[in-house]
Amino acid sequence: MSHIKIELRKEDVDFIKGVCSSFNNDPQELINVLHTTQEHFGYLPAEIQEVVAENMNVPVAKVYGVVSFYSFFTMTPKGKYPISVCLGTACYVRGAENVLAEFKKELGIQVGEATKDNKFSLSTLRCVGACGLAPVVLVGGKTYGRIAPDDVKNILKEYE
Amino acid sequence: METIKLTIDNKEIEVPKGTTIYQAAKMLGIDIPTLCYMHLDDMNIENKPAGCRICVVEVNGRKNLPPSCSTDCQNGMVVKTHTTRVLNARRTVMEFILSDHPKDCLVCSKSGNCDLQAMAHRLGIREIPGQEYAAVSTYRKDTSPSIIRDLDKCILCRRCETMCNTVQTVGALSAVNRGFMATVAPAFEENLEYSPCTYCGQCVAVCPTGALTEVNHIPQVLRALADPTKTVVVQTAPAVRVALGEEFGMKPGSIVTGKLAAALRALGFDYVFDTDFAADLTIMEEGTELLDRLGRYLKGDKSARIPILTSCCPGWVNFFEYYFPDLKDVPSTAKSPQQMFGAIAKSYFADKIGVNRKDMVVVSIMPCLAKKYECQRDEFSVDNNPDVDYSISTRELAAFIKQANIDVNSLDDEDFDNPLGESTGAAVIFGTTGGVIEAACRTAYEIYTGKKLAKIDFTELRGMEGVRSATIDFNGLPLNIGIAHGLGNARKLLDDVRAGKSQFHAIEVMACPGGCVGGGGQPLHHGDSEVLKARAAALYTEDKNKPLRKSHENPFIIKLYEEFLGKPNSEKAHHLLHTHYFDRKEKIIIKH
Repeated sequence: MSHIKIELRKEDVDFIKGVCSSFNNDPQELINVLHTTQEHFGYLPAEIQEVVAENMNVPVAKVYGVVSFYSFFTMTPKGKYPISVCLGTACYVRGAENVLAEFKKELGIQVGEATKDNKFSLSTLRCVGACGLAPVVLVGGKTYGRIAPDDVKNILKEYE
Repeated sequence: METIKLTIDNKEIEVPKGTTIYQAAKMLGIDIPTLCYMHLDDMNIENKPAGCRICVVEVNGRKNLPPSCSTDCQNGMVVKTHTTRVLNARRTVMEFILSDHPKDCLVCSKSGNCDLQAMAHRLGIREIPGQEYAAVSTYRKDTSPSIIRDLDKCILCRRCETMCNTVQTVGALSAVNRGFMATVAPAFEENLEYSPCTYCGQCVAVCPTGALTEVNHIPQVLRALADPTKTVVVQTAPAVRVALGEEFGMKPGSIVTGKLAAALRALGFDYVFDTDFAADLTIMEEGTELLDRLGRYLKGDKSARIPILTSCCPGWVNFFEYYFPDLKDVPSTAKSPQQMFGAIAKSYFADKIGVNRKDMVVVSIMPCLAKKYECQRDEFSVDNNPDVDYSISTRELAAFIKQANIDVNSLDDEDFDNPLGESTGAAVIFGTTGGVIEAACRTAYEIYTGKKLAKIDFTELRGMEGVRSATIDFNGLPLNIGIAHGLGNARKLLDDVRAGKSQFHAIEVMACPGGCVGGGGQPLHHGDSEVLKARAAALYTEDKNKPLRKSHENPFIIKLYEEFLGKPNSEKAHHLLHTHYFDRKEKIIIKH
């Protein structure tokens, strides 16, 4: 596991405290608190989870248990343009793995990481319901269909 | 009370509403197998995640096989616990659990004492179909000063999580990740060392497999015993003598004090001493501190913090250092008996026999895993030489004795050596909840009032309730005593102290449910709280049989003060027998 060591600013801590109290610091509302917090920060690093735990009165181990259980929550920051490669069955059999490998090579990062300039981040997902377009890649809100490894460079160029 | 009538395995039974099928079956003498369910009834400890699915039963009219541990009885229910369908389902579930479980039973430290192994045997599993397709996990091993986590062996019963979070409120462990990656770990899957873990060892005490075990210090002890230049001194805690016998087939509550001393001598220890001696010493120091603080408090001295909290239990010390650092001047500064013993052994006793402390090795036999951590704390060493070198658990001692071909059952009773082997009944009861404060009351009463106690037994301080209180009449001064065992119960009393609402003058805390008799290093109770009660009762029997039952009457303690320490809480006593506490949260830096 790699964790990003970040220094939380006072206004960040105050924001988290505010979210917790808007849910009455009720441990039952932990998922909602994490949802709102991630919406704001983009991800949930250890430091943020610690502040949430303290204010929700639950062990930080429990908070991490929830964060690590739901794939929606992430502990790594997303890039400005988050790239998701679909590895669902249809995409997979049509060569999504090679597409993913090409993205890794071009960006020099692994799945779950972001580029140094924080422009791109890479993740995988299971089926976006567009199997007719397999293999599918999402960049931010935009969908690309029938992608081959050769297309990767051109897709990235669009965001320069 | 509303009752429910049902039939289980053709036997009719009437049970209170809310009783589960599992409990009802138990009342009928039907022992439904289970791996995750655990219930220590007297202590209000229950683990019921309905996760293992071994306890499934067939209920007439229901399509699925419900887990009996978490299905309530209903009127007219007809339950079968061993139909072909049930047995097949149970076997399949077991085969799944075993499919990705390591198969190194031969060399697993839990072998022979493993609930999973016993269940495989009980269910008659002779092969594990499909195991070639199931990759055994390879989660890293985590070794802390006290506890080893080997998560490949975890079956996700979540008993450890219940103990850590619900019972102890320590919050070090949680189920994390999902699917095949699911496991139980501290936050961010850090090592235990960087979590709030107190090393109380209650997770180890309930783990059904070899996933959570103690760090084994037998090799180090063996090496010390084999070294002719070392004088090896052993001390043994009160709760060990009423539990060790279980490892040799004796019934819970068997008192083996004499055999224990004989076995330790047979193992080759040069001096066989007793932590009970140091427990008497603890009472002298802690009792004096209590009277001093109380006296100042009653005179209106605002600097005198009341209540005073006992400080014998290292799990408890770790707990308040982490969660209540603002109250760190409230507990007694007295070291634990283990550490008092080490400090005296490597000063007073080493001088007496003319041995340099560097050539002396002090080993402790403890019912506890936190003691392993405690003896490694920096403040308990002199020039990097620890006062107590190694602490081994009751379980480790049993294994050690077996390796040395010693037949405990046939050993004749022997006595401890002197001068650090003599003890009173007050010291013996240190091993059970309520015992430390009772011992303190026996001595403090006589010192405070100058009168002899009419009745030595303070039965009002005894029992198994999680939080207890009593008022003891100190010749017109009503002394309010609080007692908590289990850290979750201690937290309740501490919250009151923090809020300034506590009515107590003195509070005894032991981290483990039942006190040291239920310690994390004791023979496994396998979910049976009767075992703990039998051990506690045995300690009170041992106390009753002692000719001396008050710490200040121990002749060797009197001599120690005359020859060496001066008087309780003297400067020398403070230097050797007292300590200070830290903000542990500050000390644990989470490495990212």
